[in-house]
Amino acid sequence: MAKYFHSVTLDAEKCCGCTHCLSRCPTEAIRVHDGKAQILSERCIDCGECIRVCPHHAKQAVSSTLDEIKSFKLKVAIPAPALFGQFNNLDNIDFVLNGLKAIGFDRVFEVSRAAELVSEATRELIKENKLKKPIISSACPAIVRLIKIRFPELCENVMPLLAPIEVAARIARKEAINQSGLPSEDIGVFFITPCAAKVTEVHSPTYVKKSACDGAIAFSKIYPELSQAMDHLEEIEPIAQSGLMGIGWANSGGESAAMLGDKYLAADGIENVIRVLEELEDEHIHNVDFVELNACSGGCVGGALTVENPYVAQARIQNLRKYMPVSLNHLEDNSLDLMKWENELKFDADIFRLDEDIFKAMSMMERMETIIQDLPGIDCGSCGAPTCRAMAEDIVRGRAKETDCIFKLRKKIQNVYDELSGIK
Amino acid sequence: MSNALHLHYEVSGEDFTRAGEASGAVKKRLKSLGYDSDAIRRVAIAMYEAEINMVIHAEGGFCDVDIYPDKVEILLADKGPGIPDVEKAMTEGFSTAPDNVRSLGFGAGMGLPNIKKYSDEMRIETTIGVGTNLYLTINVKQN
Repeated sequence: MAKYFHSVTLDAEKCCGCTHCLSRCPTEAIRVHDGKAQILSERCIDCGECIRVCPHHAKQAVSSTLDEIKSFKLKVAIPAPALFGQFNNLDNIDFVLNGLKAIGFDRVFEVSRAAELVSEATRELIKENKLKKPIISSACPAIVRLIKIRFPELCENVMPLLAPIEVAARIARKEAINQSGLPSEDIGVFFITPCAAKVTEVHSPTYVKKSACDGAIAFSKIYPELSQAMDHLEEIEPIAQSGLMGIGWANSGGESAAMLGDKYLAADGIENVIRVLEELEDEHIHNVDFVELNACSGGCVGGALTVENPYVAQARIQNLRKYMPVSLNHLEDNSLDLMKWENELKFDADIFRLDEDIFKAMSMMERMETIIQDLPGIDCGSCGAPTCRAMAEDIVRGRAKETDCIFKLRKKIQNVYDELSGIK
Repeated sequence: MSNALHLHYEVSGEDFTRAGEASGAVKKRLKSLGYDSDAIRRVAIAMYEAEINMVIHAEGGFCDVDIYPDKVEILLADKGPGIPDVEKAMTEGFSTAPDNVRSLGFGAGMGLPNIKKYSDEMRIETTIGVGTNLYLTINVKQN
């Protein structure tokens, strides 16, 4: 496997080399060369912004298909709570869970159940008061990756607990083994995902050695089949065991609300999140114990692989929660220990620094500052880099040349013309 | 190259929501250099506080930043009213910020004390009616 697995990929045939994705990428991970976008793999956090903005649908998310589940004897679906916001007139989430069984899964375990466990564990950790505050949620994998490559001082603040998906996958797998007697390799656990970042997290996990999920299937991929199956259900088996606390995780602010305190902050939308992270790093945010950050606007309901408008989905989730009990899932002895990270979150210093050698990095930056003075500063993207500054960086890194800038090129051609027309 | 990387920023006095632009730019550059993260944090915090001070009290000014491999030297210069009693200004909680600034959560009288706390060396040159120069040094801690 390549060093970095990414769910977000490019269909070069559809890409026309425009600059929509270029300017929206929060980590400046895209360049356009020879009329096609390229993703700088080490910088991509799979947030899915480029998928959202590409007018030609050239940016895609690779995810599993329903066909893939067939290779397992026992198939388990673990749906994200945001899935329940995708359907009109839904008053009982059991319709969705039974629908999943109708399209090929043998068992279903809601990720919202695990979310309730993670919430309880987080409350315990805050009470223990041993972690560096404010504690930053580890639930959104795009944010964890962003912190890992851009915010060295905040790596320690990320809560060292598994995300609800991983907790759900572990419990669901264990239950499936116990009840079927099948070996683990015969059991396929598939996450039903609203976003690309979680597909990446399943295949190339940050804080566990190997995910308990075998794959992730996009909402958008199973939506037609699932909604049709839901229309034709004959009887509804009661499966759901989530409270309103777990379901609330679908929306931004839901995880924070489950902290049952008031010293929290919830931000969503990648640009807003970056501003909050900058301020956290500069210690401008005080009196906050817990920080919930979601890369997508509105939270997981805003994921790039969902089908419904995030705010419509958000309203539906609120409505569904009305009649639910608060929380139906509680920690048992030792379960908190089983939810802890296997790997520490270490800052990845190589991604953005110019060079390992500070002297060399400084001379590169000096050159960059000189180059920038001479660029138009309009960040047009025509050179293939998102900003003039990024282009200057590419030049000193040897990835671009000054005449990639159309303004510089025009000037150069003008000079040549002037020179030639002077010869008589 | 000389042994320092020199950066220069004008700090606008018109709008203090813009304070932080210079410290933000310096932070970004230090990160690209792969600078020690604790030093980056202290530079960003101390410089931001000083920028805010320049905007609130002195209608802006400029800052010069010299980055060395083992330290960052910063000069923040303004043509403001000057500080009549530096010792008093260094007292935690002492503030001469106007009410409109305080109502926005600034002016708690922690600016200079915080700058001192986060920097390794701090020197103030101030003349009433002429302006203030604030010199800061932040060292990279040796392991």
